[in-house]
Amino acid sequence: MATAAVSPSYAHAGESYQSGIWSWLTTVDHKRIGALYMYTALAWFGVGGIEALIMRLQLKGPNGHVVSAEVFNQLFTMHGTTMIFLVVMPLSAAFFNFLIPLQIGARDVAFPRLNAFSYWVYLFGSLFMNSSWLVGMAPNGGWFGYAPLTTLAYSQGLNIDFWMLGLQILGVSSLAAAFNFITTIINMRAPGMNLMRMPMFTWMAFVVQFLLVLAFPVITIALVFLQFDRFFGTNFYTMTAGADPLLWQHLFWVFGHPEVYILILPAFGLVSEILPTFSRKPIFGYPVMVYSGILIAFLGFGVWAHHMFAVGMGPIADSVFAVTTMLIAIPTGVKIFNWIFTMWGGNLRFTVAMKYAISLVALFTIGGISGVMHASPPADLQQTDTYFIVAHFHYVLVAGSMMGLSGGIYYYFPKITGRMLSEKIGNWQFWLTFIGVNLTFMPMHWSGLYGMPRRVYTYDAGQGWEIFNQMSTYGAFIQALAGLIGLYNIWHSRRKGEIAGNDPWGAPSLEWSIPSPPPEYNFETIPTVTSRYPLWDIKSPELTSSVPHSRHGDERNDVSLGGKRVGGFHDHMSAGTPEGGVNPSAHQASTKVSLKTAEQLGIPMPYPTIKPLFVALFMTTMFASLLLIHKDKLQLAVGGVIASALAMTFFLYAWLTSPLEPHHH
Amino acid sequence: MADHDSFTHTNPDIDVHAMGEVHEHPTWKQYKWVAVILTLITVVEVWIYYTPFKDSPLFAPVLLIMSAVKFAIVVLFYMHLKYDHKLFKALFTGPLIIAMSTLLALLFLFGKFSGKH
Amino acid sequence: MSSAVASHAHPPTSTGLDHRKIAIWAFIGSECMLFASLISTYLIYKGRSVVGPFPHEACLPPICVTALKPILNIPVTSFSTFVLLMSSLAMVLALAAVENRGKPGYEGILGSSKFWLLTTAILGTTFLGCQAYEFTSFVHEGLTIRTNLFGSSFFTLTGFHGAHVTAGVLWLLTLLSIDIKRGLQPKDALLVDISALYWHFVDVVWIAIFTLVYLIK
Repeated sequence: MATAAVSPSYAHAGESYQSGIWSWLTTVDHKRIGALYMYTALAWFGVGGIEALIMRLQLKGPNGHVVSAEVFNQLFTMHGTTMIFLVVMPLSAAFFNFLIPLQIGARDVAFPRLNAFSYWVYLFGSLFMNSSWLVGMAPNGGWFGYAPLTTLAYSQGLNIDFWMLGLQILGVSSLAAAFNFITTIINMRAPGMNLMRMPMFTWMAFVVQFLLVLAFPVITIALVFLQFDRFFGTNFYTMTAGADPLLWQHLFWVFGHPEVYILILPAFGLVSEILPTFSRKPIFGYPVMVYSGILIAFLGFGVWAHHMFAVGMGPIADSVFAVTTMLIAIPTGVKIFNWIFTMWGGNLRFTVAMKYAISLVALFTIGGISGVMHASPPADLQQTDTYFIVAHFHYVLVAGSMMGLSGGIYYYFPKITGRMLSEKIGNWQFWLTFIGVNLTFMPMHWSGLYGMPRRVYTYDAGQGWEIFNQMSTYGAFIQALAGLIGLYNIWHSRRKGEIAGNDPWGAPSLEWSIPSPPPEYNFETIPTVTSRYPLWDIKSPELTSSVPHSRHGDERNDVSLGGKRVGGFHDHMSAGTPEGGVNPSAHQASTKVSLKTAEQLGIPMPYPTIKPLFVALFMTTMFASLLLIHKDKLQLAVGGVIASALAMTFFLYAWLTSPLEPHHH
Repeated sequence: MADHDSFTHTNPDIDVHAMGEVHEHPTWKQYKWVAVILTLITVVEVWIYYTPFKDSPLFAPVLLIMSAVKFAIVVLFYMHLKYDHKLFKALFTGPLIIAMSTLLALLFLFGKFSGKH
Repeated sequence: MSSAVASHAHPPTSTGLDHRKIAIWAFIGSECMLFASLISTYLIYKGRSVVGPFPHEACLPPICVTALKPILNIPVTSFSTFVLLMSSLAMVLALAAVENRGKPGYEGILGSSKFWLLTTAILGTTFLGCQAYEFTSFVHEGLTIRTNLFGSSFFTLTGFHGAHVTAGVLWLLTLLSIDIKRGLQPKDALLVDISALYWHFVDVVWIAIFTLVYLIK
């Protein structure tokens, strides 16, 4: 095994893995599905970024005419829709998939095939929605798609059809995944992993699944009304029939506000993993962090109408929604302070992941404060529909969610691939991102307060907006450069990065107790957990003395992890993780562990299967067939829907009646 | 679907204690009575619809109470939530409360409680 | 699917409960929001239609060209409501039959899960038949999904419920075919249990719809 020291540890694990395209199409392994989510989301991040760059080119100076007004509408609609539904949510889903089972000590999710289905629905839904570019009819009604503007009377093309059908498809993906993760977290925790010992990321993921489960049905119904209006001539959004122009807005924001917590809470969770590791301190106020997350989510259902202060809901509604909105600042502020106190007095290591995490704490606060500003209806009336709002939500979404997720990528890439991302390249990426984000979005506060409206495709000179728009455009290109550097880093480090070993960062949670990348069965023996920081209990017990344990003294060192008692564990695991050292070469020692396959260990693994992919495919074609209605091919549309539905049902039954995994005797 | 037997944990660290699956489902006798009560309430509901009481301001509240009772009976006995794990109660009542609050808030926002429809 | 052998390799679940039952309850929670959105919209649009037919009031000229009766058919719907309630009774008996297979007191009809599954499915289909009758008679009386806000919101709300009943009937028939093929045993009770939870939930949604849409003016 001596020669193994130079080859990556996953060379051993790889033997049990099938490789090749077919294995990816049929995989039901949560780690591979997580990787699929991540790479797909990064690809759409590129597309959404290009859309943003074209808009910024157009707005660089007054009276810009890079694209027409119509194309500009399509760009901002697809930029928002892409970044929210095809980038941030799936990137979060990548981490849900990869991390939840590892963090709770499980071998997979509760329903592995449903998990594959969720991914394929996401992939096909995103391809469907973006195929609208090919026919030159990309959605153009804004990511919020306000009806009645999106009804047939005002939007005749297929643009809105692509949007509403695409969102409907993507909603299925999110809902299926949410039921899966709820069940996984409730039911697949390792012995001793009680709720108040779950890592913060898993906690925030848990909260987000409930937001998904409760928010998505509402947009589903709002979209069904829109589909019925557009396809069948119903009157939900027809003002002449007595409909209310606010119906869509209310339904959309009942979904839309929980949605913003769906976008940010996973990033909060990642940051809550990164900060303790690189501060070498348990997170400050763990229970309060958990309760704050729950409270943010719960209050998130009672604030939606603050998106609608300008429509005139009256003083009572305005006051109530202003107060509930401001209340959310309390649990959010608690989180910010707890992160700061986590770092306070810690042994800080400024890795790239840590830098991203810290900049989330700093920059999200800016977005949070501007959020409290327009929680006040009188202030909001000045700010609404201006670039001030654009500045606000980009600070929480880019400087918040994307910074957190980027930090998560730097932190977990070693676990996912077995190799470290280059810190040197990463530093370039981080600092360019940091400068780019602030240069882009900070000036928007000013252009907004000087009165520049959102969503204008061009503007006249002499209104005092030029300098701010120029800054924003330069900032956007700096961000793009940073993004390219990041992609290069991933491409480069996947092949040439340093070997990571099990626990390159000296982290406390279970996922770091197993090889990188983990074998398909994750844990050879399901671990037993006695505190929130099982690895620190073993490797740095002095760090966790203040954390509650179920056993005390030497007894807790009896805990088995990775099937080995603590002594054996020490031999190869902590073969030198010098304090503060990120990449000790001694980690190659970990390659001495030769991994057994699931078969050798007698662990039943789910069969790979193509059926979820086909169910997802035919569900997508079922929705896509509806497009033909507006091409006056009603019979073809009906035929397409029926044929797709039958094919989908066939594969669904085939899926449900085939066994998940081999029976062992 | 995943094969997981539902046998009980003995580990005291598990927070949600496995009560086993408490399969004290109601008996046939109870089911029968539940059905009789549901039918009776439905009969009363329809009956008062055809009496002058339907113009009373109490008509709507009385109907809402009766349907809430029916709703609760079905959920507690037929869906055996009364006898089942507390986790299921949480998974159902939490979303139900949010759903009903959202419904009431929407009706308020659209002026449905202001007297003039 | 479920086997006692596999349990050696799989760790027990954290709660001792089956995954599928947790998932179906989470799904039902989600459905609460779905139907809350539909019912909200129906109630918000109640009384806002500018042309008839209306649910509870006659539509007289000049609003309607010819006088139109109130359109809701309470007797038929009361019958279908009763049918759906009885289907829930049949459903719990189907579950009891599977759970108690072979136990004393569950010989004969009470122990025949096939009979009760079939009865539930037939009652569900009867409910759907009533709905089909109701829908067609409304169309004949001049109310389609396009006519007015009432038509749009009524057909969408009750149609969504009907689609759920249809899915439930298909689910029941699938169980019935498994029962006929190999006989559902007490270890399969969970399969029946989760379909029953779904079925009863669809029933309670109808309890709400019956009151809010049909009885209250």
